[in-house]
Amino acid sequence: MPRFSPGRRIVLTAPYLWILAFFLAPMALILKISLSHPVEARPPYEPLFSLAEGPALWLEKLQALSLETYRALIDDPLYLDSYLSSLWLAAISTLLTLLVAYPFALAMARAPRHLRPLLVGLAIAPFWTSFLIRVYAWIMLLKDEGLINHALMALHLIDAPLEIYATSTAVVIGMVYSYLPFMLLPLYAALERQDPALREAAADLGASPADIFWRITLPLSARGAVAGSLMVFIPAVGEFVIPDVLGGPQTLMIGRTLWSEFFTNRDWPMASAVAILLLALLILPLVVVERLRAEGEG
Amino acid sequence: MSARPLLEVENASKRFSAVTALDDVSIDIAEGEFFALLGPSGCGKTTLMRLVAGFERADRGRVRINGVDVSNEPPHRRPTNMMFQSYALFPHLDVFDNIAFGLRRQGWKRQEVSNRVAELLEIVQLSELRKRRIEQLSGGQRQRVALARALAPKPALLLLDEPLGALDRKLREETQFQLKDIQRRLKTGFVIVTHDQDEALALANRIAVMRAGRIEQIGAPIEIYERPANRFVAGFVGATNFLSGRIERTSEGAFFVAPFGRIRREACALENGAKALLSLRPEHIALARDLADGAIVGLVEDAAFRGETTQARVKLDDGTRLLVSCAKHAGFAPSERVRLDIGSNAGAVFAEGA
Repeated sequence: MPRFSPGRRIVLTAPYLWILAFFLAPMALILKISLSHPVEARPPYEPLFSLAEGPALWLEKLQALSLETYRALIDDPLYLDSYLSSLWLAAISTLLTLLVAYPFALAMARAPRHLRPLLVGLAIAPFWTSFLIRVYAWIMLLKDEGLINHALMALHLIDAPLEIYATSTAVVIGMVYSYLPFMLLPLYAALERQDPALREAAADLGASPADIFWRITLPLSARGAVAGSLMVFIPAVGEFVIPDVLGGPQTLMIGRTLWSEFFTNRDWPMASAVAILLLALLILPLVVVERLRAEGEG
Repeated sequence: MSARPLLEVENASKRFSAVTALDDVSIDIAEGEFFALLGPSGCGKTTLMRLVAGFERADRGRVRINGVDVSNEPPHRRPTNMMFQSYALFPHLDVFDNIAFGLRRQGWKRQEVSNRVAELLEIVQLSELRKRRIEQLSGGQRQRVALARALAPKPALLLLDEPLGALDRKLREETQFQLKDIQRRLKTGFVIVTHDQDEALALANRIAVMRAGRIEQIGAPIEIYERPANRFVAGFVGATNFLSGRIERTSEGAFFVAPFGRIRREACALENGAKALLSLRPEHIALARDLADGAIVGLVEDAAFRGETTQARVKLDDGTRLLVSCAKHAGFAPSERVRLDIGSNAGAVFAEGA
């Protein structure tokens, strides 16, 4: 064990304290609520522990922990459907974001060196305005008498307005738009790092431009694509605002279900259980990717 | 030369916005030659090589390989392969797949690819590392993989951009011999770009010395070294002493008149009275201890042991300082007075300003 000075030890433990205070402690709180019984009260659940009771009662309380909520969660198809539908919409959105972002990122990475900071700036410029306002703005574009339908009808490409607003399609469009920068930046970083001499070497050895893309550029940007996909997929699964604003009544997403459990049904234990399960579901792909990455490096 | 040259570059010029990288450059390279493009950085040697490889297009001029005009062909349609200064090995492929890359693009059959890669791994002595990832290789091993990959598709001409630049000194000297040996065995034309004059002298059959986008001199290493065409070549290739003076032609013959005395020149094309510059290599001057009358005499200021030779700095009575290389056992010490003997045809004389 290396010996560290006290000052150094404080610096080294700081990140762990941060994780404890801002991530693990709230998580523990949610887990605790998910294991309690709902009651008509404020807050609307029966507290598990209270410091006033003293440790003697804690064991008794521990035995009274309820897995009831989790059982209900599995029994009611609404929750499973919400999870599956969220995963499906998030997966489609991630794939589309990747397809839209890749040519963008490639163009940015191949732009003249002095233009690149400007392009990166433009890519993150949308963050300067409110996320909520940008999502609302899509209503104006997508609704029946919105800009897109107007334009298409004026061009006589369609006779009747396309029903996009208040459907899952609108949700996917909204998610692709909102999460594009999160895909763009890791992809750009991966592509920009590639030594241009690699492409020259491939061309010199007889590779056509298409060969160079498929055999050199694409495989070497795979890590950027995976990183970007996770940064889009994970928040997209739990997304609440976009399905709530752009989705229809039939658009089922877990974030929305969670919200209505918390605020409409005031069933905090159920809402917490949904949140815990969502987290568990999202940790899984992260672990798989991390394993793949470690193998790739080993 | 009876047959057509392997490579012909004809009056090539290339500008990058305000900078002229190549200014009306022509070279011919024959089959089986080991040719070096030598010059300081920014002299256009790399641009000339990239022009031959097809990464740059000339503004004017033509490139022919085996008589075929390839001036407008992209790199993947030219019978040349290049070994890059950074090696540019594909980090996601192992040693075998890196070397096989060019063969597969040319549609070689599986078994042929496998045989050819094995053959090349043998040549560069890396057979046991065929499944290694690039990041697991040392600098010297990467250098050999890069060489094998460039040689694999049997190019008519191999281009090497500073191939030894990233290696340490000892490895570089070993690799020079390997490279020369491989070239001699394969009889492929090699063109090497280097800023290192020792490397060019040691490796090449012929050298083109470049400066500011132009070729200053083309010749065999010994010609470049012993008979440099001008002051730049003399100063760039090897250590030298430059002396200013003028030419004097008398009934006794031609002399180079330096401030400290006259040096006889047997062959001299310059006129009587012309201002001239004499380039004298350190080994063109011999030191002796007996100070005869009328001899050139100086004081040893410093003597640096260099291994196989000792390099002495001698200050002449008129203040001129000369670098002299002498045998390591000669034992000249600082503040010793010595006689300098300069051979009657040693060094090279240029007209002032050449």
